Amino acid sequence: MSTWGRRLRGFGAFWWDFVVGDDWRVAVGVVVALSATALVAHDDLPAWWVAPVVVLAVLGGSLVLAARAARRG
Amino acid sequence: MADVLLVLAVFLACTVEAVEALTIVLAVGVSRSWRSAIQGVAMGLLALAAIVAALGPALTLVPLNGLRLVVGGLLLVFGLGWLRKAILRASGFKDLHDEDAIYARQLAAANDAAPSSRLIVRDWYAFTLSFKGVLLEGLEVAFIVITFGSNQGSIPLAVLGASIAVVLVTVAGVAVRGPLARVPENTLKYVVGVLLTSFGLFWGAEGAGAAWPGSDAALLGVIATVAVVSLVFTAVMRRVRSRQLSRTPEPVLPAQVRP
Repeated sequence: MSTWGRRLRGFGAFWWDFVVGDDWRVAVGVVVALSATALVAHDDLPAWWVAPVVVLAVLGGSLVLAARAARRG
Repeated sequence: MADVLLVLAVFLACTVEAVEALTIVLAVGVSRSWRSAIQGVAMGLLALAAIVAALGPALTLVPLNGLRLVVGGLLLVFGLGWLRKAILRASGFKDLHDEDAIYARQLAAANDAAPSSRLIVRDWYAFTLSFKGVLLEGLEVAFIVITFGSNQGSIPLAVLGASIAVVLVTVAGVAVRGPLARVPENTLKYVVGVLLTSFGLFWGAEGAGAAWPGSDAALLGVIATVAVVSLVFTAVMRRVRSRQLSRTPEPVLPAQVRP
């Protein structure tokens, strides 16, 4: 790979790590949570509870996966 | 109330990142060159100030609901990252952040590097390491300052929280003349994770079209809920970890293998 290719890859990797972090599923979960909130709010239903429920479930799921990964070593 | 929480969240996040940056700067300053290390710090702070100055006013031009949705989403991703790491550390799945050990590693690496000078910088290694340390550790804080400030319509208030933290950590670092290992960094990260996640949820949901019962007062309820659920997760993860460790088979010693 050329020097520019390596730099570009490093730049992309930095921003991926900066924004997405250790578990990409958390970032996907956030998008799902806010999209679901928007859908519920669009139907004029109370939507404030959707994001907290989804986000805390996503956090719990991510922790379970981390625990399983630690057990496998 | 929201303004106080804003300053508190920015102050705590900035304290954590400033402690980490201080460890790097101290290691290069002590082992290499204070002058080049301080030049690196000054350039790093200048770059961060430029980012806040350029992006802050630009973000205030974005419609509030769109801004809250995007900023809330990003804060949520950031906050959940901090919180996840903090819970994994508190429950023993991840090693605790140890500034003394990091300082020793940085010191050894700085002692091994060859000296070279460029332009007005006598020691390029000390300069770049300080610059990178301040810029990278500060980037998250700059992001928090911009997002919190623009959402609340008060970037100066967010800058104030960050500035107090930087000054306090710098004064403490100069007084101690060593890494601030006594700062409860892991606990602070936990608190910041809870605050970022709560603000992210509050603004993100509002930006997506939801109306919070009780308006701004709901933020306190969100913070309490996130904090309690995180503590429950930590307790459960601790039990899981201790069960995992108790199930780990004892290492077989050579004497036990012999017939």
